[in-house]
Order: sequence, then structure tokens, then C-alpha cells
Amino acid sequence: MSGPSTYVPRTGFSKWMDERLPIIRMGSDFMTYPSPRNLNYWYAFGGILTLCLITQIVTGIIIAMHYTPHIDLAFDSVQRFKRDVSFGWLIQPLHAVGASMFFLAVYIHMFRGLYYGSYKAPREMIWMIGCVIYLLMMATAFLGYTLPWGQMSFWGATVITGFFGAVPFVGESLQQWLLGGYSVSNATLQRFFSLHYLLPFLIAALVGLHVWALHHAGQNNPIGISVKTKKDTLSFHPYYTVKDGFAVGVFLLIFCFFLFYQPDALGHADNYIKADPLVTPPHIVPEWYFLPFYAILRAVENKLFGLILMVGAIAVLFFLPWLDFSKVRSMRFRPITRWFFIIFIVMCFILGWCGAETPDNMVFTVGDGLGLNFLWLSRIATAYYFAYFIIILPAMSLIETPKERPASITEAVLGHADRGAPLVPAE
Amino acid sequence: MSEVINDVNSTDETHGEDPSRRDFIYIATGAAAAAGAGAIVWPLITQMGPAADTLAVGSIEIDLSKVDEGQQLKVLWRGKPVFVRHRTAKEIAEAESVDLADLKDPATDDSRLRPDGEGKLNPQYLVMVGVCTHFGCIPVGEAGDFDGWYCPCHGSHYDTSGRIRKGPAPLNLVVPEYEYLSANRIKVG
Amino acid sequence: MKMLKNLLVATGLGLAAIGTAVTVNAAGSSEGHADAMKHMDWSFNGPFGQYDRDAAQRGYQVYKEVCSSCHALDQLAFRHLGDKGAPFFNADFPNPNDNPLVKGFAADWDVPDVDSDDGSAMTRTGIPADNFPPIYENEIAAANANGKAPPDLSLIVKARNGGADYVYSLLLGYDHEAPAEIAESMGAGSYYNPVMEGGVIAMPPQLQDGLLDYEGENAPAATKEQMAYDVTQFLAWSADPKLEQRKRVGFGTMIYLFLLTILLYLSYRQVWKNVKH
Repeated sequence: MSGPSTYVPRTGFSKWMDERLPIIRMGSDFMTYPSPRNLNYWYAFGGILTLCLITQIVTGIIIAMHYTPHIDLAFDSVQRFKRDVSFGWLIQPLHAVGASMFFLAVYIHMFRGLYYGSYKAPREMIWMIGCVIYLLMMATAFLGYTLPWGQMSFWGATVITGFFGAVPFVGESLQQWLLGGYSVSNATLQRFFSLHYLLPFLIAALVGLHVWALHHAGQNNPIGISVKTKKDTLSFHPYYTVKDGFAVGVFLLIFCFFLFYQPDALGHADNYIKADPLVTPPHIVPEWYFLPFYAILRAVENKLFGLILMVGAIAVLFFLPWLDFSKVRSMRFRPITRWFFIIFIVMCFILGWCGAETPDNMVFTVGDGLGLNFLWLSRIATAYYFAYFIIILPAMSLIETPKERPASITEAVLGHADRGAPLVPAE
Repeated sequence: MSEVINDVNSTDETHGEDPSRRDFIYIATGAAAAAGAGAIVWPLITQMGPAADTLAVGSIEIDLSKVDEGQQLKVLWRGKPVFVRHRTAKEIAEAESVDLADLKDPATDDSRLRPDGEGKLNPQYLVMVGVCTHFGCIPVGEAGDFDGWYCPCHGSHYDTSGRIRKGPAPLNLVVPEYEYLSANRIKVG
Repeated sequence: MKMLKNLLVATGLGLAAIGTAVTVNAAGSSEGHADAMKHMDWSFNGPFGQYDRDAAQRGYQVYKEVCSSCHALDQLAFRHLGDKGAPFFNADFPNPNDNPLVKGFAADWDVPDVDSDDGSAMTRTGIPADNFPPIYENEIAAANANGKAPPDLSLIVKARNGGADYVYSLLLGYDHEAPAEIAESMGAGSYYNPVMEGGVIAMPPQLQDGLLDYEGENAPAATKEQMAYDVTQFLAWSADPKLEQRKRVGFGTMIYLFLLTILLYLSYRQVWKNVKH
């Protein structure tokens, strides 16, 4: 629903520019982009994520000016940055807390896409590019967490790179190639730093494609009915700039609460101990945003199978547009699937909980020795996670009878498409 | 809330509320956002300045008693060499006897010394930044046409007071900011 | 208004997710541990928290006279003691290198250096710009002398779950009877301390009443509890020297953001005033 450009250059300079490099036209079309009039606050997270990416890149470039990627100096250089460099005490937690906030926002953004069916035709490319962005974010976060060279950095890197050793036949060579040695070492730290600096720019490029595809296919909306007439839309500016702006304000309040008052709450105490290859911390746990995948990895005994499951958990997202082939996008009109979706979210939280716990610990006990331990809880949740995508969604696409849907966004908002009588909003 | 919803894309103007209140909100919001953005920029800029550990080594103390007569001590200060020369009587005499009219950058030998705790000048100890004022090379001691320093890069000759006498350098060797803490101890910077 | 509610629900969910992760991370210790942990109302907790400067000054004395025989302060330089917000900050000496107290503390230590004449390793008197010197040549020497290498203390309050409460409780956690199964397995040179992970610690109890003298008219008596409190204040500052500044800037930022968000909301209401959505 991008439609023809409505930009009219007025000044001499803008006319001159428009014939040579229509960058003002591009900006103008972006700002006046006709967006569905019924977008709710869940749709603000695209803008919030852009802000997160910019924050991470800017603070990251600054930290790189002061950081030393060497195993003897990395830990101390971060401390020096926080203690001696002007505003280092602010910029370092901004980057560290920022990573958590980035993932918080991206998870909400993804759940929103899942709920409103934003991955369905004609938006498969938007969804898949998004999945690649998410994969790159995970890689970047993992690489970045190694850099401060604390105990969790070192042991996290050791455990994660250890997965590659599970690959059949070439595992060991692959792992050594990845590490540049027999174990996580200075060579590893230096390449992780280099790649950690590179990947965010790839993410930024993919975000460009993501937004391009979005503006080509048009935004989805809470009722999942495509935009039909101009009446269904509002200009992006000022309607959604100001709405996103308000959402950003609320998001920043949460961000700043952590930044200023709980900067370490999202991290691990062990990472304030310099990396020591001879001492393993008692509980190795990844950052909170990796916990669900960590639980899936540990849900099976076999290392290779665990790795396949974990990779599969992300890979399945790429096939989602074809697994869920129901013509109805929004869960608002899918009475049964909606409940399965809610259970899916609960299962994701349960997986996160399992990831943080020791598998042998009991979730609850009944009588003597009976009960459920976290290993089995994570198995149940893992099974549901895959079943949701592979069984539930295809099956529901076939058997579910959707609720009656409005004919257009305008009808949903106004009650009737063409008459102006004020009616109860559909929301 | 009774609302006119016919023209869904209409702007506020058509609905006749007070434009000044509306503008005030927009202007206040824009100004607040701009002020916040400005405040964020400041830390991003100042972080590039010298850090506290760098500033902490910006001043050093030197024990003069370690320098024997006719010897020169070279100390690193703020990343540059500082020459501490214990001058011989002959060198002092040479430095004091120069006619100021002959100098490219006129300065008396006394003006290149600093008083000690009792207000006396101590001509034995000459303290200078050992960086040629031409292009920043380090001059060689006890060399050149004037028995002082000679810069091998482009051939600048300095005398026993570190003043430029011959060659392309425009100025005398710089005397750093320093003070006597005791008879034998100075603090540079 | 419904959308506002949605947003609140969204943030609530997010916070709940984070909250779960945080509490889960902090969990996982023995029962004896929970009993031995003392939960103190530290002066530096809370949105306006500040360090107790007098206590932190005494805490430095405790560190110097007791802890420093084994434990280093890797991340601290002497000048840090006189920084703004630090225990020995003096407004007359904004540059901590000129602060006579700081100079005096630095001079109490010998720091490693290289002899400028012959290049051999030597020690000289410390100056404010120097870092606190390492106590042992290297980790092996430290472990050899103590059974286990004594950890660096400059970040200890951040490096342990429980933070300041952990350090304080650990120092006072020697007065518990070891359970039989732990007592059996404990070798010579190890002590029972339930605050420690696993309950066994290589550090002997250090603090006794009257171990040192606090100088000054209003100085409290040097009881075990007082010394533990004081040194914890000092080490808390050492782990997070910018805490006061961070909280001050944070308060201003939160107020600003709150007002900005209100303005944005009013603008939003204004822009969307006559638009059904």
C-alpha cells in the first residue's frame, strides 16, 4: 500500500535534488506513509527497536575506543572505562542494560507478529528477514558477552562453542577453527571482538530491508484485514510518530530504571570476577534472553540432538508462514488457536524458568520423592513449543472456523464503512 | 466524547479548539525532546577527553640530586621527554654571556629558570621539554655549534640555555611548568 | 484508554519476565546460608543512597591493617581514595593527587617499579597515581601461601550474590557449628562458614573485638560488627565508586523522562483528538 509518491518539491534546491537524488522524496514518503488507522501500542516496538539498535551501535563504538581485546587487559580496560573515563560509568551500563532492553523489545515485537499473523502473505519476506535479524542479534549478544572477560564471559563462551564439538565428524576441527586454539583464548577474544563490531552493521542493513519490505507489502494491523481504501489509513506523521513517541517515553522510563538503579540486576555477579580457566563458576547460566533456548538444549541427554533441537527451535520460525496456512491473520478471529497461542507464551516463560534452574531440582514434590523436576518440565515445554508450530498451527488452519470478520479497517473502527455515524469502536 | 468522524483524515484546525494551547503542547514536547537529545550528546563527546588515570600522571616529581654535574637526566612526562641538565660553570657562563640581540627568540638565561622555595634561582639545573620547536624531533645533547643541543632532523642548534641559535626552528626549547618542592626536588606539571 | 492498558500489560509482562530471571539467578544456596546471611539496611541502598563516609574511612583502615596482608585491590589507584564521592574526598583538593591524606596513604605502600639506572626490578614509595600493588607475585604464589588464592577485593561486593550483605555476613559468619557431614570432610586450614558457597572457607576468622584502634573523638569502639560494617562500606564504594553520581543523575533523568512522557501523551491525545481508531 505504498502507492504513488505524493511529494511535491517546492524550493529550487529541492527540485534540483529531486531530479538527481530523490532523498527528500524518500524521507517525505516515509513520513507520510499511509499506515492502518487501527495500529495499537504493540506496533510501537518497531520504532523502539530502531532506537535500541542506534543506542547499541553508538555506545558500542564509544566503548571500543577504550576497550582492549586482550585476555590480560580486557577485564581491567572495562573497569578503567567505568572508573576513569568521563561518563564511562554511564555508557558501559547503557550498552549492557541496552542489550537486555533490545531483547525485551524484540521478543514483544515477535510475539506481536505471531499473534496478529504478520508473517502471512504477502509479508513472508518481512518475517524471514526479521528472523535473520534475530539470529544475528543472538550472535552479537553472545559475542559481546564474552568481551568483558569475566568468569561468565569465559565459561559461557566455552559452553556455547562446545556445542560445535557435537557436530558429527568435523566437530573438533570446527570448534578449534572457531576458537583459534584448543580452548577459549586470546585468539578467540580478538575474533569475537572483531565480529561483535561487524554484525550490528549487518543488522542495520537488514533492518533497512525489513522496513523496505514492510513499506512495499504494507503494515499488517490488529484485525489482519488489508488496507483497502485511503480511509483505512492515517499518515505516519504525525499520527504514529507521536504515538510511537509516547511508547518510547514509557520504554525509556523502564530502561532508565534499570540503568540507574539496578544496572547489575540483569547480569551475573560472577562476571565481576576476572576469567579464570582453572575455576568454573558453580552455576553457569546464560543471559536471561537465552534461557528458553538453553532449556531446550538441555532437554535431551544427547549433545548433538540437543543442539539440533535448539537450532530447530529457531529454524522452525522460518517455515512459519507455510505451517500456518489459515487465511485469517489475526488471532482475534481465531477462537481456538488464540488459546493455543496463550499457552505457547506461557511455555516460553516456563522454558526460560527451566533454563535458569538446575535440571535435577524439583519444581514441586508430591509425597515422598515423587514430583516434577525441571528436566521433565523443560521436556514438556519443548514438546509444546515444537508441537505448536508443527502440529497445532497446521491442524488449526484446516479445522478451525474463524469468527466473522469486518469487511475493512474502517468498518471495524466505525461500524460501517461508508456512513459516518459514531458507533462503538471495534477494539 | 462526541466526535465528528466523517472526515477521518481531518486535522485539528477544523474542529475549533484553542490553537495556542495545542501549539504550546507541541512546542513544549519538541523542546523537551530536543533538550534531552542535547543532554545525551554531552557524555558522548566528553568521553574522548583524557581520562582520570591519564590526568593523574600529568605531573611528576623529579629528584635533582640524582643528576651529577655535566650530566643530563631524561624523564618521560606527558609522553614527551623532559631534559634535566646539571650544567657546569662553563655552560652557565656561556649561557649568561650571550648578547640578547643575537637571539632569534630573545630570552635571558634567568628567565628560563624557576625560583626555589627561598625565591633564589638555581642556574645549575636547567629543565626543558626535549622537543625541537621545529617539527618535534628530540634534540641530541652536548652537540651542535653552541655546545648545547642539536636537532638531527633539520639541523637546529640550541645553546647551553636551550635557546635557538641557528637552523630552522623558530623558538627556544620550551620550559615546562614546574616548581621546587624542596632544594633538590621539583614537581613538573 | 484500552491501548494504554495494553501498553501497561506489555511492560508488566516484560518486567515479570526479567523479574523471574533475576530472582531465579539469585536463588540456589543451602539452608545454613540463609540463616547466616544478615540483611542490613545499607546507607547506599535506595534511590538516594550514599556511602557512609566516616565508616568507609575506618573501613580503609581495616582493609590496610587486616585484609591487605592477603587481599589486593586490583582495580583501585590511591588517587581514587580522594575522588569525588570517595571516602577521603576533600573539596579543597579537587585533584586527588594533591590531597595530603591520599599522598600519605600512597606513601604507606611500596609499589613495584624498574630502577631507572640499571633496569632491575625494585620497589619505591607509592604516589597517588599508582595502583594498589599486588600482594603476591602471582596467583600461584598467592594460592601456595594461603591454600587458596585470596580473591581481589576491589570488586568483591559486586562479584558475589548478596553483595554487601554477603561480605558483611561472611566476615561475621564464623560462629556457627559445622554440620557433621561437612565437619568430617573439612581438612586442616579450612573453616566452617555457612555464608560461603559450600560452607567451607580457607580464610581463618579475622575480626576480633578491639583488634585495632579507631582514632578520632567520635570514633566508635572497634567491635567485630563495627569493623565488618566499616570495611563493607569501604569495599562497597570500591566496587561501585560512581554509585552516588549515578543515582543523582538517574533521579534527574527519571523526572525529565516522566515529564517528557506526559507531554508526549498530551501531544498524542491532541493529534488523535478527532480520529477514530
